[in-house]
Amino acid sequence: MIQISEVVETNEMITKENLDVRTITLGISLLDCVSDNLEQLNKNIYEKITRLAKDLVATGEYIGKSYGVPIVNKRISVTPVSIVGASACKKPEDFVSIAKTLDRAAKTVGVNFIGGYSALVSKAMTSAESLLIDSIPEALSVTEKVCSSVNLGSTKTGINMDAVVKMGKIIKKTAELTKDNDSIGCAKLVVFCNAPDDNPFMAGAFHGVTEGDAVINVGVSGPGVVLHALESVKGKDFGTLCETIKKTAFKITRVGQLVALEASKMLGIPFGIVDLSLAPTPAVGDSIADILKSIGLEQPGAPGTTAALALLNDQVKKGGVMASSYVGGLSGAFIPVSEDRGMIEAVEQGALSIEKLEAMTCVCSVGLDMIAVPGSTSESSIAGIIADEMAIGMVNAKTTAVRLIPVIGKDVGDMAEFGGLLGYAPIMPVNRFSCEAMMSRGGRIPAPIHSFKN
Amino acid sequence: MNKTVITVVGKDTVGIIARVCTYLSESNINILDISQTIVQDYFTMMMVADYSNATKDFVTLADELKKTGEEIGVEIRMQKAEIFDMMHRI
Repeated sequence: MIQISEVVETNEMITKENLDVRTITLGISLLDCVSDNLEQLNKNIYEKITRLAKDLVATGEYIGKSYGVPIVNKRISVTPVSIVGASACKKPEDFVSIAKTLDRAAKTVGVNFIGGYSALVSKAMTSAESLLIDSIPEALSVTEKVCSSVNLGSTKTGINMDAVVKMGKIIKKTAELTKDNDSIGCAKLVVFCNAPDDNPFMAGAFHGVTEGDAVINVGVSGPGVVLHALESVKGKDFGTLCETIKKTAFKITRVGQLVALEASKMLGIPFGIVDLSLAPTPAVGDSIADILKSIGLEQPGAPGTTAALALLNDQVKKGGVMASSYVGGLSGAFIPVSEDRGMIEAVEQGALSIEKLEAMTCVCSVGLDMIAVPGSTSESSIAGIIADEMAIGMVNAKTTAVRLIPVIGKDVGDMAEFGGLLGYAPIMPVNRFSCEAMMSRGGRIPAPIHSFKN
Repeated sequence: MNKTVITVVGKDTVGIIARVCTYLSESNINILDISQTIVQDYFTMMMVADYSNATKDFVTLADELKKTGEEIGVEIRMQKAEIFDMMHRI
């Protein structure tokens, strides 16, 4: 029989510590929508998404109310559009028409984001992939709900440096086209190394070609719950600390598993994975930075930060893996700057630099996330920052990502406002020395020696 | 059996349990267990009940109980019991 203390504990997590299910993401394969006629393709895409996802939002709301746990976002990911549109799209504008279709479908079914305006170019680009990438700035400026991602490297293929350099330009152009809103277009665009096929989190969600027709993936959250649990073990040794995080992660993930199975049953769509990420929000107390402080740092960025984050990330996985039958996606602690009040404060205090964040990404998911930099940052410097992050992912056989926002018209000392879950961010300084000559070499960086495991 | 956990949190006043029980009885929900405790000066009551033969949809029940709670100045939550089983039992 359930104990009253257990019921109280669960409900306090929900009401006081911001426990929620961050997202139910419905992955939809668009491969059977393919046509060489653009109009037909758009029609097929719209029909398939609105048919499969018509009950997604209502189901999410119902499950949330049944268990008394908020399900914050309902989202859709689709097959990378560069593949779906390859035979119909002859110019970037053709791809933009697909972005508009995705946006329209997302609005019809009421989801808050749709991901998969993507290209996987870790080794090289097809002409269609190149066209899709060229279309990203316009696609993100004329749509609201569409998220875009590009996989630029992997441990098996190395890093496609031509694509890295191209993305430096594309990010800058996206920033220009959305400069009236603090370059918010870039908040919907992420580049990856080792991108997973089943990630439920935006902006990087897409429905990989290894997936089936449709799948339910769930992303859990709960930094506030971990933070609260850690308050009871202040000053205790690392063994106690780790055990506490692990147990808490188990509990959080069980809720995700429950919601995923229930959504799968109600929608008649197979359950894919639970993503064990600790995803912060700008809400007070829902912060990874606050957990790092609770572990014993004055501010994130202080010496010891990488070690603290490494143990946090590892314990979250250890607790979470046992709580779910299938774990996937990004699974780890997110360290976005703009979406985490504690991170923002650390930047404002001068405790946290891009270089320290880069070191932190070596030991957690996912990467340099939601970092605002001066609008004057050069395309090659953006490409250089991306290349560094891709190298970390490639060498360590992990997923890394970059979501940088060069905020046009703003400089260090200014603040960028994105609103809602995307939060706000102080503009961070970028190293002023050039990497132009390196970025202009062209070609790709070969796969690392330890990728040859056969 | 479909189990639900109903919690009532708030300042203790006359008739709280009566109101909740009357509502449950009218909706054909069978109470299996009742316990109560005081958490940080707040009265907390927990009921475990079976809603297998309830006359209304679960979310409607939860919404109506929530509203009843607002009328008498306490917070009433009705949740499917699986969330607690999942979180606290391996």
